[in-house]
Amino acid sequence: MNIGIEIAYLVASVLFIIGIKYLGKTKDARKGNVISAVGMVIAIAATLFTLEVLTLLEIGIAILVGSAIGLYYAQKVAMTKIPEMVALFNGFGGLASFAVALSDYYFKRDTNLASLDAINLTSILLSVLIGAVTFTGSMVAYLKLDGKISGQPITFKGQHLLNLLLLIAFIAASVLVFLDPSQVNYIVILIVISLLLGILTVIPIGGADMPVVISLLNSYSGMAACATGFILSNNVLIVAGSLVGASGIILTQIMCKAMNRSLVNVLLGGFGQTVATGGADGPAVVVKEIGVEETAMLFDSASSVIVVPGYGMAVAQAQHVIRELMEQCEKRNINFRFAIHPVAGRMPGHMNVLLAEANISYDKLIEMDDINEDFSNTDLVFVVGANDVVNPAARTNPQSPIFGMPILNADKARTVIVSKRSMGKGYAGVENELFGFPNCLMLFGDAKQTITKVVSEMKDMA
Amino acid sequence: MSLSALIVLIYVLVLASYLGFELISKVPPTLHTPLMSGSNAISGITIVGALIASNELGYTTLSKWLGLVALVLATINVVGGYVVTDRMLKMFKKK
Repeated sequence: MNIGIEIAYLVASVLFIIGIKYLGKTKDARKGNVISAVGMVIAIAATLFTLEVLTLLEIGIAILVGSAIGLYYAQKVAMTKIPEMVALFNGFGGLASFAVALSDYYFKRDTNLASLDAINLTSILLSVLIGAVTFTGSMVAYLKLDGKISGQPITFKGQHLLNLLLLIAFIAASVLVFLDPSQVNYIVILIVISLLLGILTVIPIGGADMPVVISLLNSYSGMAACATGFILSNNVLIVAGSLVGASGIILTQIMCKAMNRSLVNVLLGGFGQTVATGGADGPAVVVKEIGVEETAMLFDSASSVIVVPGYGMAVAQAQHVIRELMEQCEKRNINFRFAIHPVAGRMPGHMNVLLAEANISYDKLIEMDDINEDFSNTDLVFVVGANDVVNPAARTNPQSPIFGMPILNADKARTVIVSKRSMGKGYAGVENELFGFPNCLMLFGDAKQTITKVVSEMKDMA
Repeated sequence: MSLSALIVLIYVLVLASYLGFELISKVPPTLHTPLMSGSNAISGITIVGALIASNELGYTTLSKWLGLVALVLATINVVGGYVVTDRMLKMFKKK
């Protein structure tokens, strides 16, 4: 053991912890990210010292290639596409851990078979399993988010049975590996099963459940790094891996709670598909339409406004024009805030990033629990591209598939205006009772175009 | 690996996980997206394992190549993760 390197790893671990602590405060968060990056540089530099000079060229090239790709992607990616990027990078992390585990297996098999003891083999198999599941699962999540494959849940008969059989096969093949660690064939079988399991566990999950899925895969990528740490007896891998694992699990819990569903229910999948038929039976909601001019007048006469943004706002790229709307309202001394539901968007906190990019101060973005009391004394609520998160059926209708889900009390406001492309349903496939409420008005059309018109009307009034 | 060495590693795992739960539950929802991309970068710590694996030269070429593939992927994760997180956090302003 080289004591200098061990100390460097310890320093790196502490820096990761401090970095995450700083993420707890919005004003310090950027500093925290830098501290964590310094920790990473220290860990990498310390490891480089242990290497033989012979491989340095190849290693240098690999690092250069990786850095160039990472840098290019990170600078180019649009903020609306962050969920896709995180999904893709989770997958890379999983695949990297998987490759390290395999590399270590081959190395030990060919040089020192005796070192492949039970503890070591268990770590290798866990790392292969978690790494491969993270990789293929993340790729499917990426393709779904990016619209390259349908966001609809893909289910077939016997799906859960197949997963169970694969898991049993995995355990059986693992036993064979333990009996004869030199047999590569069993390892190959394990790899194939693990890759398949990743695909099969994510395809039945609908596009709108992706916030849960990427949080969970985020956690897996950490656990894969952790398992790799056990293979190499390396503490910095274990510390960093468990931090990420914990982070992903907490976010997964928050997302599930915000949808009032258990993790098992999300993972079994098929949501939205089964309930779509149930929703169609209800009576059609009769709605009242509103035009651009009247909308502008309602904003003009309000003294308090709450905007409820949803993924539809991101799709329409309406966040910048909403900032202009905010400026018009603030000129009139209207109290203008945003109510952010935890599952709005395609990943945890996605709305906040999009609104921050549109240059909206973060103290205007209020969490559900902190703003829900205020709706009842608000003049005007403006719902942009959100649906299920404001559906009162979640409170009142035990038959509704979203019953029990915590929602924003938009319906309690004096007037609600809903900006919507057309009369489609939310992802849960249910009619939104709110649209038929006497205080609710529908502003149909593309959010960006209609809000632009509202803003220019308001400018003319001033 | 000896059992006592394993126990030490499990200690580290349990304590770090506990610390992770404590710290991350204090991160405000506003920052959940940067938290995910930032922790994504941290999970790129596999880069350390990849470096060690890439170094296994002269024994088996397969180990080395697997190590180098892991190295490229982990580097993408680390560099891309930190840069995009910084890009996002830079935008969070209070006026």
